[in-house]
Amino acid sequence: MSVLTGDHSVTEQARNRTFGPLYSGNAKAVISRGLMATRSSNWLVMLSGFFEPVLFLFSMGVGMGAIVGAVQGPGGEEISYAAYIAPALLAVSAMNGAVYDSTWNVFFKMNFAKLYQGMLYTSLGPLDVALGEIFLALLRGLLYATGFTAVMGLMGLITTPWAILMIPASVLIAFGFASIGMGITSFLKTFQQMDWINFIMLPMFLFSATFYPLSVYPEYIQWLIQAMPLWHAVELLRQISVGTFTAATVIHIGYYLVMTVLGMLLTTMRLRKLFLK
Amino acid sequence: MHNEAILSSTASAGNQMKQQTVISAENLTKRYGDIAAVDGISFSVPAGESFGLLGPNGAGKSTTMRMIGGTTQRTSGTLSIMGLDPDSHGPEVRAHLGVVPQQDNLDEELRVRENLLVYGRYFGLPMSYLKPKADELLEFAQLTDKAKAKVDALSGGMKRRLTIARSLINEPRILLLDEPTTGLDPQARHILWDRLFRLKEQGVTLILTTHYMDEAEQLCDRLIVVDKGRIMAEGSPAELIREYSTREVLELRFGSERNTTIGAELGGIGERLEALPDRVLIYAHDGEAALEQVASRGLRPLTSLVRRSSLEDVFLRLTGRSLVE
Repeated sequence: MSVLTGDHSVTEQARNRTFGPLYSGNAKAVISRGLMATRSSNWLVMLSGFFEPVLFLFSMGVGMGAIVGAVQGPGGEEISYAAYIAPALLAVSAMNGAVYDSTWNVFFKMNFAKLYQGMLYTSLGPLDVALGEIFLALLRGLLYATGFTAVMGLMGLITTPWAILMIPASVLIAFGFASIGMGITSFLKTFQQMDWINFIMLPMFLFSATFYPLSVYPEYIQWLIQAMPLWHAVELLRQISVGTFTAATVIHIGYYLVMTVLGMLLTTMRLRKLFLK
Repeated sequence: MHNEAILSSTASAGNQMKQQTVISAENLTKRYGDIAAVDGISFSVPAGESFGLLGPNGAGKSTTMRMIGGTTQRTSGTLSIMGLDPDSHGPEVRAHLGVVPQQDNLDEELRVRENLLVYGRYFGLPMSYLKPKADELLEFAQLTDKAKAKVDALSGGMKRRLTIARSLINEPRILLLDEPTTGLDPQARHILWDRLFRLKEQGVTLILTTHYMDEAEQLCDRLIVVDKGRIMAEGSPAELIREYSTREVLELRFGSERNTTIGAELGGIGERLEALPDRVLIYAHDGEAALEQVASRGLRPLTSLVRRSSLEDVFLRLTGRSLVE
């Protein structure tokens, strides 16, 4: 039996592709691995990520909404409390999913499952792995956003066709967080350090005008919150949900474009540190 | 392409390929802070050779392997794999390699056959090639009936064989094996050696690290003995034994109290004497004759054994320490 002297021309072709120092143009192999692993073992974990914002919407939106009553929407119109917080919950879920995938998940696969170690003994480069993993995170974000938008529709919280744009906007938000998150993970070495990420995310979730308008805070706190990424995500999705677009919409989108570019630059710069430990 | 010469020679004249150098390292060094894990080693490996790095744990063998694969960057020195620098051409270098790491890093979220298919995709190979190839390799690794099993349901030996099968998915020119049989029971080791020997027969260049002398003797055409990041000796197993040891060794045990103090009473027997905490080794051309001399001096060891010299003795001679501590 000859397993090696096959001299297949395809293996020669695969060797004679053009390679970069950190990239082999094969991120799709990392993506198809992710899809196969999801199908084989962890689709149940995927479901929990979908239900989290839905449960928040039921308890806070429907429950609290009963005592809060109607509130003022971004265009000045009256909307139900559930319709007010639903886009914010979608933004939080886009952030959580992307950050989880790009920090904890990458950290675990790097240090415990040794998954990347295996990948990087092949002709894959670190950039293939980073792009593949980010794409998978965004694909998951896309599915969640679509599901949550459907739930909003079923609950009668969508009043304009513009609301469908919340889905691509959520993917942009996830892209911003995933690219920064992966860059940050390259600096972290222990579980204790990983906990700092939660320490930043929880206050962002609670105070970024998620459940009530920013105007309740004194001005200097408002400035602080407006500098944070989640506030821009919440405002962007809230505006889209009712179809009200202003100059601020452009700023919110611009914020995420810049964040994505900076995040990708950071991640690319730190690629060797991130994957070649 | 840089490697056209090598590839065309593979196709036309298999024997000519043996003259080609596939790996060459010059003053290869890796430092972590003040510690030199690999301290200026130089070697070169011709195509088709089975080349070993023999040394104890922490000698710098795995670090050298990772530098060859471009997954650890060297501190200084030059390194060339198929004419390419792995630091600047990582993905291209690894397209030629099959890597079996010290610890299995199989994809636990995938099943056995999926592990092979997905790994082949990482090399950019098409499914039409990978599907029959995966079945062929499962056969080679004697895992055909486990194709749909989960990875964590496999025994240690099976996981190793799957890792080796996986490393062959791209029909590599060079196979890197880092401690391939560590942690396996004797039967599993012999199955694995048989598989590796077949690969060697097919002309694959094997680069192997081990701290088992019997493994090195069975599989390596030539090896370097490494200790504390440096090369202590280089040659074929037989050459090394001839140069650094005698034909036979007499092993005596006098009990832990006496082993270290009895040396003086054994002076003059054999060519060299090594007193270890658990036994005394007498290096002699004729072990039985040496044993008779011991008896004629009225010394009564608890046990005695005459055996052929091995690489273990070479290592002991070179470093004053045992390979497996």
